[in-house]
Amino acid sequence: MSVLVVAEHDNNEIKAPTLNAVSAAVSLSDDVHILVAGVACENVAEQAAQIAGVTKVLRADDASLAHFLAEPMAPLIAKLAPGYSHVIAPATTTGKNILPRAAALSDAQPLSDVVAIESAQVFVRPVYAGNVLAKVESIDKVIFLTVRTTAFDAALAEGGSAKVELVEVEGSNELSRFDKQQLATSDRPELTSAKVVVSGGRGVQSSDNFSLIYNLADKLEAAVGASRAAVDAGFVANDMQVGQTGKVVAPDLYIAVGISGAIQHLAGMKDSKVIVAINKDEDAPIFQVADYGLVADLFEAVPELTEKL
Amino acid sequence: MKIMVPIKRVVDYNVKVRPNSDGSDVDLANVKMAINPFCEIAVEEAIRLKERGKADEVVVVCIGPSKAQEQLRAAMALGADRAILVETDLSLEPLAIAKILQKIYDQESPGLVILGKQSIDGDNNQTGQMLAALCGLPQGTFASEVTFNESSIYVTREVDGGLETLELQLPAVVTTDLRLNEPRYAALPNIMKAKKKPLETLAADSIGVDLTPRTKLLSVSTPPERAAGIKVASVDELIEKLKNEAKVIS
Repeated sequence: MSVLVVAEHDNNEIKAPTLNAVSAAVSLSDDVHILVAGVACENVAEQAAQIAGVTKVLRADDASLAHFLAEPMAPLIAKLAPGYSHVIAPATTTGKNILPRAAALSDAQPLSDVVAIESAQVFVRPVYAGNVLAKVESIDKVIFLTVRTTAFDAALAEGGSAKVELVEVEGSNELSRFDKQQLATSDRPELTSAKVVVSGGRGVQSSDNFSLIYNLADKLEAAVGASRAAVDAGFVANDMQVGQTGKVVAPDLYIAVGISGAIQHLAGMKDSKVIVAINKDEDAPIFQVADYGLVADLFEAVPELTEKL
Repeated sequence: MKIMVPIKRVVDYNVKVRPNSDGSDVDLANVKMAINPFCEIAVEEAIRLKERGKADEVVVVCIGPSKAQEQLRAAMALGADRAILVETDLSLEPLAIAKILQKIYDQESPGLVILGKQSIDGDNNQTGQMLAALCGLPQGTFASEVTFNESSIYVTREVDGGLETLELQLPAVVTTDLRLNEPRYAALPNIMKAKKKPLETLAADSIGVDLTPRTKLLSVSTPPERAAGIKVASVDELIEKLKNEAKVIS
């Protein structure tokens, strides 16, 4: 049977998490189709056709599909679903918004944030803030999944040669309307795909002091993350939060600065290859997961580290 | 307008749960239970809307064991007007929960449904979206701000990369993100008053919804432990280790 991947894009390019979802799909089937929905999304469909492993691109082009609103997207996916054994989206905010709605329309129970595929019906997913891994078997006819991007390698963006096919769209949405967006602009690497992440917590104490974190990150060409405490205190924007309810990252190197290491934060970073903690409290729980811990005042250690790198 | 707030009884967020000895499920015996933190935010938002004159009644709904009355009473102590407990000892999946909530929605016909974005036990992040689908309502997930118009609401959503604002026709389903509000604490007199507020109990299997699970939990396990790390004494030693031992920087 074929597997359908729901692509995420911004009308210019396919977003990176889609490539991880394609990898998950390829492990289930050698016939992987990808749905590119949007307005005037020909270019993106062409890009999708190049992804290694993709055998067919379904392009749905309609004004109602701009901005990935769940209300028109879900019925489109649900209409296509009966032709597939699995429907997969990356576990991004977009995937999490749309996929459960599409599953409900298909009378299926989706599986969220899958980290391993054991067979066509058996999947592993973290529960309880990642403290427990649950192995789950699905009996649904069409299995809807969102996959954790850090758990699957990215498929190659080139090398494929799928054909593009237009799909029909009902093309109306009376329920919702996109009003506006405020995207955080950053020249730094994207948090969820960065090789190195430097995160600051409550210990950084102020928004101004976060420049210490930025300077270190720039030296390492790293992305910048934050704990919930730092976000709630207004030091940085919400979309930088790493944790159970924020982003899940698994870089080669994660440097936690002034972060105590609450369960909810660890859920978002404990699969990092190497974890470094800089904290002045030697009993902070972060030291239990850190490969290298430095008990020191971050206001002295971080500038020194930045300078010596 | 009436606001319906489905809430969930979950393990307290500070408790670190473990698999039981045969790995068949997590061990929840004698563990402290509480309202799911995101549901508290949903209750708070509903009460604030009532205080601002946007709603006239807040109904909380919980699907769970008889003990979940505690969580419904707690929500009424915060300001909810009445409660519905759909009683079951089964651990239901989001699809079944959404189907039950759809029945309650049809019966109550609220103008707005507010849920938490996810429960901290299952970490599914599905129920709100599925309820919206089954009821044919628009959805505003991961909301950090909700403002009202005549027949619509503006929901600002926390999305990867920033914020996004949608206009939704009412009735609608909203799921709360952490930044929507700061939930209040219940005052003692309100806890006493909440004991007198109406709490209706229904049996889940009398609602006419197919509760057959679609998934089977085969086993649970603890994620692989990380090897014990070391403490370094200085920044120089840290850099040396990262370069030569971990080889993550050059």
